[in-house]
Amino acid sequence: MSATAPPAHWRRMRERYRLLGSRCETCGATFFPTTKVCPKCRRKGKIAQVEFSGRGKVYSYTVIHSAPKMFEQFTPAVVALVQLEEGPMVLSQIVDTDHKELKVGMEVEACFRKLFEQEQSGIISYGFKFRPVNDHWGKYYDNKDI
Amino acid sequence: MLKKREVAVISAVTTKCGEHWDKGIKDLAWEAGVKAVEEAGISGKDIEYLVVGNMSGGMFVGQEHIGALVADFLGLNPIPSLRVEAACASGGVAFYQGYLAVASGLYDVVAVGGVEKMTDVEPEQATSVLAGAMDFEWEAYFGATFPALYALIATRYMHEYRLKPETLAKIAVKNHYYGSLNPLAHFRNKITVEEALTSPLVADPLRKYDCSPISDGAAVAILAPLDIAKKYTDTPIVVEASAIASDTLSLLKRRDLCTLDATVNAANKAFQLAHIEREDVDLIEVHDCFSIAELLAIEDLGFCKKGEAQNLVEEGQTYIGGRIPVNTDGGLKAAGHPVGATGVKQIAELVKQLRGEADKGRQVDGAEVGLAHNIGGTGATAVVTILSRRGA
Repeated sequence: MSATAPPAHWRRMRERYRLLGSRCETCGATFFPTTKVCPKCRRKGKIAQVEFSGRGKVYSYTVIHSAPKMFEQFTPAVVALVQLEEGPMVLSQIVDTDHKELKVGMEVEACFRKLFEQEQSGIISYGFKFRPVNDHWGKYYDNKDI
Repeated sequence: MLKKREVAVISAVTTKCGEHWDKGIKDLAWEAGVKAVEEAGISGKDIEYLVVGNMSGGMFVGQEHIGALVADFLGLNPIPSLRVEAACASGGVAFYQGYLAVASGLYDVVAVGGVEKMTDVEPEQATSVLAGAMDFEWEAYFGATFPALYALIATRYMHEYRLKPETLAKIAVKNHYYGSLNPLAHFRNKITVEEALTSPLVADPLRKYDCSPISDGAAVAILAPLDIAKKYTDTPIVVEASAIASDTLSLLKRRDLCTLDATVNAANKAFQLAHIEREDVDLIEVHDCFSIAELLAIEDLGFCKKGEAQNLVEEGQTYIGGRIPVNTDGGLKAAGHPVGATGVKQIAELVKQLRGEADKGRQVDGAEVGLAHNIGGTGATAVVTILSRRGA
């Protein structure tokens, strides 16, 4: 699909790899994804680039049981709206979590993961996903000598 | 400002919605078009302008250029024709364009159509096509599906307003009940709350029966200035107002996840233009692409406060005889959701109701005013149209 073509991914790579967004230096509002205009300040606004910390809280979530082919390997997958501590909302998968532990308000942090693999070419798209800050799985692996 | 003319619907019809293996996009448009022209008592030659709502002919059937296609196949050449696209609100936006064309005085008799042929692709591919109605780069790219986006709204709504899955199930039960009384509905089976609650999860908390189907279908409405409409029919249905509003394409930047601001804005504008109060509305056709969407619509259209639509559902107030009958044709859930046609199909249902011609068991007695609410995506586009039988 054209929307998943390598150039289309490349154009958004910085935002998807490093959680890069925008901040209006006039009013302090933050935006994700990047924006060219502050809707409040309009032409009085001054847009600067900002890299978000990657910490946030689950604002809402769902477990997807029926997914398109390119996401099938992750199904059932948790998809959530995560409110970053700087304010903006992002949509992302939550990984390394037991579905039963999911709740609104859960603290999460960004991690770097494979988003999907192209069916035909096998090209992989990477980007952020989120995992619980209180990450039992992560701790388990971190303590292993690999 | 230009003095606008009063606009009326002379006829509005829909095909049966469903999996029409034997009908292509042209056949569906033909079927609805011929029916509409016959019902209007006009000749195809009277039509001066054609607007067709269609979401994705290109990706569903490999066919673009839908405006000219329909004009050609229906024998309307050389009149001007165009296709409009606003995802699932394409039909509503087409109606709005037709309304503007007549209200402005540029055209007298205008045909507004909506058509979608969705079942020639695998259901999974249809899901991918529909994903084009969301912000692809920041929602679909990260694994979101349409049910998932509405599920995110539902989870948050449950968190904020203590909504139970049983209440959502009751919305599906009602819509299937009215679908069972509608010969043109995609699904004509009644379901129980139990069945809805045990159907497979699609995107938690939304289950199969919370989701509208993938349907083929077409709908056509014929519009004319009110004074001319009276030549053709004794019961012209007046377009009291039609209004559109836009909102953020993605859920990421919403003011409030549990409110579709586009619905609020379009509804306020429509009621203001129509000089009609909420309590004067006898029935509403709302965009229940998912059960949670029907709940949001009732609130965002202003028929109750935020968080309170669940009480109306629980008390059965959204059935005929209740405070505000909702989706008396079965809604998108049961009557079907051929995306580009849905907005015009809703108009067809209202016209039927306001003329007192609805099928047995689903006529709202003495209905004078009806409202249609058509949504694109997760609420980036909302079209609200108010019709009345004042012209009869």
